[in-house]
Amino acid sequence: MENFFSRYKNPLVLMAILFVQVVVLATQVKRPEGSTASAASGGTRLIRLWTINTMSPFERGFVSTSRFFRRNFHNYIDLHDVRKQNRELQDEVAQLKLEQVRLRVDADQAKRLQTLLGFTQHYVGQVVPAQVIGTSGAEQVHTIQIDRGSRNGGIKVDMPVITPDGIVGKIKDVQTFTSTVLLISDRESGAGVILQSSRLQGILRGSPQGELHVGDIMSDEKIDAGEEIVTSGGDRVYPKGLPVGTVIRVAPDRENDPFLSIKVKPAADLNSLEEVLVVTKITGDVPQTVAGASNLRAADILSERLPSVPKPDETKKTGGPAPKAPVPPGTGASTPHVSVGNVKAPASTPAKPAVAAIKNGTEGSTQQTLQKSQPPVKKTSAGGPAGTGGQTVSGNASGVSSPQTGAATVPPKPKSPVPPAKQAAPKAIPNAPNPGSTAGNPVASQSKPADTERPPR
Amino acid sequence: MNYAAVSLTSREEIEVHRFSWPVSFGIPILAIFIQVFFPLRLHFLSVFDLPLLVTIFFAVARRRPIPGMVTGALIGSLQDTWTSLPIGVNGIAKMIIGFLASSLGVKLDVDNPGSRFLMTFVFFLVHRVIYVVIVLWLVGGNEPFSWGHTMVAALANALLAVVLFAGLDKFKQRI
Repeated sequence: MENFFSRYKNPLVLMAILFVQVVVLATQVKRPEGSTASAASGGTRLIRLWTINTMSPFERGFVSTSRFFRRNFHNYIDLHDVRKQNRELQDEVAQLKLEQVRLRVDADQAKRLQTLLGFTQHYVGQVVPAQVIGTSGAEQVHTIQIDRGSRNGGIKVDMPVITPDGIVGKIKDVQTFTSTVLLISDRESGAGVILQSSRLQGILRGSPQGELHVGDIMSDEKIDAGEEIVTSGGDRVYPKGLPVGTVIRVAPDRENDPFLSIKVKPAADLNSLEEVLVVTKITGDVPQTVAGASNLRAADILSERLPSVPKPDETKKTGGPAPKAPVPPGTGASTPHVSVGNVKAPASTPAKPAVAAIKNGTEGSTQQTLQKSQPPVKKTSAGGPAGTGGQTVSGNASGVSSPQTGAATVPPKPKSPVPPAKQAAPKAIPNAPNPGSTAGNPVASQSKPADTERPPR
Repeated sequence: MNYAAVSLTSREEIEVHRFSWPVSFGIPILAIFIQVFFPLRLHFLSVFDLPLLVTIFFAVARRRPIPGMVTGALIGSLQDTWTSLPIGVNGIAKMIIGFLASSLGVKLDVDNPGSRFLMTFVFFLVHRVIYVVIVLWLVGGNEPFSWGHTMVAALANALLAVVLFAGLDKFKQRI
C-alpha cells in the first residue's frame, strides 16, 4: 500500500487538489435561483475581499503616481498652445451660446408637453467621480475596478456607472474602498435601450468578445448604421436618455430568427477608461415647467410652432384639399385637414418629430377611428379660414394628444432635443385625456364649437 | 540507464532549480498585478496570460510535479479572485498545466528558446481547452471558442515566454 502511494504520489496529489478545487467550484455554482453563477457568496466572497483589499492599494498608488507625472508633463506641453486654443474656445463658446438659446426654447417646450402628458422623468441626481484602477485581467470577463467603495463613496450594488460620453456599466461588487464594475460589454450585462430616431426599444447585451449587440428588435424594422442609441430607463438601472452608442452593423440574428442583431459601437471608450462617474442618486420627477406654462394647453403650445394658416383664396385656387404631405407611413396624414382645438393647419404640413413620437403611442386606434368614422364634413369654424376644405375635429381640454393633429398640423423641425419615446408614450398618456374617443366621434367633434372658435394665434 | 531510455536528456543534463521566497511569491503577484493593470491603457495586452507563463516557468524550473501543481493552483485561484468567474476555474486549469509542465520538465530539456516557444504554445492551447471545458461543463456558462483567436494568442504568448523566461532565469538558484 505504501508502495502504491509513493509510486503514484504525484497523480494522487493532483487528484486530491483537483477534487478540492471542484468542490469549491461546485459550492459557488450551486446557489439559489435567481442569482448568477458568478456571484460571490460566503467564503469565496471573503477570499475575493482579501485579495482585492491587498492588491488595490498598490494599484491605486501606481495609478496616482503615473497620473501625477503624466499630468505634469501634459501641463507643460499644453502651455505651448494655450493662447491659440483659448481663442478657438471663445469662438466655440459664442457659437454654443447661440445654440443654447435655441435648445432652451425646445427644452422648455418639451418639458411643458411632458408635464401635460404626465411623464415622469428620471434624472441623474448625484454622481461620485471614481478612478479606474484595474481590470479583470481576463479576456473573457469585462470588469474594471474603481477606487470608490462603500466607505469612501457610498457605492452600492447596481448603481449605474457612466462617463460624459455614455454609459459604462453598473456596480457588481462593493468593497470598503473599491468596487467592481460590470461593463456593458460583458456577456452578463444588459441594459434597456432605445434607438434615438426610430424610437425602437431593445435590450443591449455584451458578448465574450466584448462586443455590444442590441436584440429583441424585429427584422422588419428599418434601422440604419449610424443611428444613435440611448438608454430607455426601462431596466431601472440606468436613467433614461444617456448615450449608449452608435449602430455600426445591422444583420439578421441567426439564433433568433425573426429578430435583428444590431452591433453597437459604445459611446464611451470602454477599452481606455480612466475616470468614471458613479450615479449614486437618481431623482424621479415630473419635469418642472417654466412659470405660468402649466396653465397653457398643449394645443396652445403647439400652435406657437404652427405656420400661418393659408389664405382662403389660395385654398380655393387649389380647388380642394391640399396635396398630401410627405409624412411617414402610419402617421395618419391621410385625413385631409384636421384641427384640434384652436389648432388649424393644412394637412400638407409634415409632422413634427417630437409630436409625431407622442402620436405613435396612440396612433393605432385613433387613426383608424378617424379614417373610418369621420366623414369628410366641411365645417368652418368662426376663427378658421372659410372654405379651406378643412375638416375640424374639436379636441378636448388638452387635446394636444390627437395623433392626427401631430401628424398633420405641425411644421417640420430638424431635431428635437428631448423626443419622447415611442413606447413610453402609451404608458404616460393615460393621465392625459384620450383624444381618440373624441376625435373619432363626429357628434362630439361637432358639439364643441367653442374649441374651434378660438382665433388662431 | 533506465531513465535515459524514457528521457531525451540524461539526469546530468537536467538541472533542478529553486527560488527564494520573495521571488516565489513576488513574481506571481507581480504577474497578476500587471495582468489586471496594463490592459487599462493598452487593451490588446489582455491577450497575454502572464500568470500562465509564470506557472509554466516555475513548474519547468523546479521540475517537481507537486510544487508545480500547487503553484499553478494558487496563481490560478488568485487570478480568479479578480474576475467575476467562480474561484477555481483558472485554478484548476493552471494546476493541470503546472503538473504537466513540471512532468515535462523532468523528461525534456526545456531551457532553450526553441523548446520554450513550442512548450508554451502547446500549453497555452491545452490551458484554453481546459478552461473552456470547465466553464462549459462545471460552471454551466457560455464560452465561445475561436480557433483563430486562440492560435494567435498562443503564438503571442509563446513569443513573450521566450523573452520572459530568459529574464526570469536570473532568479534561478541551482540546487
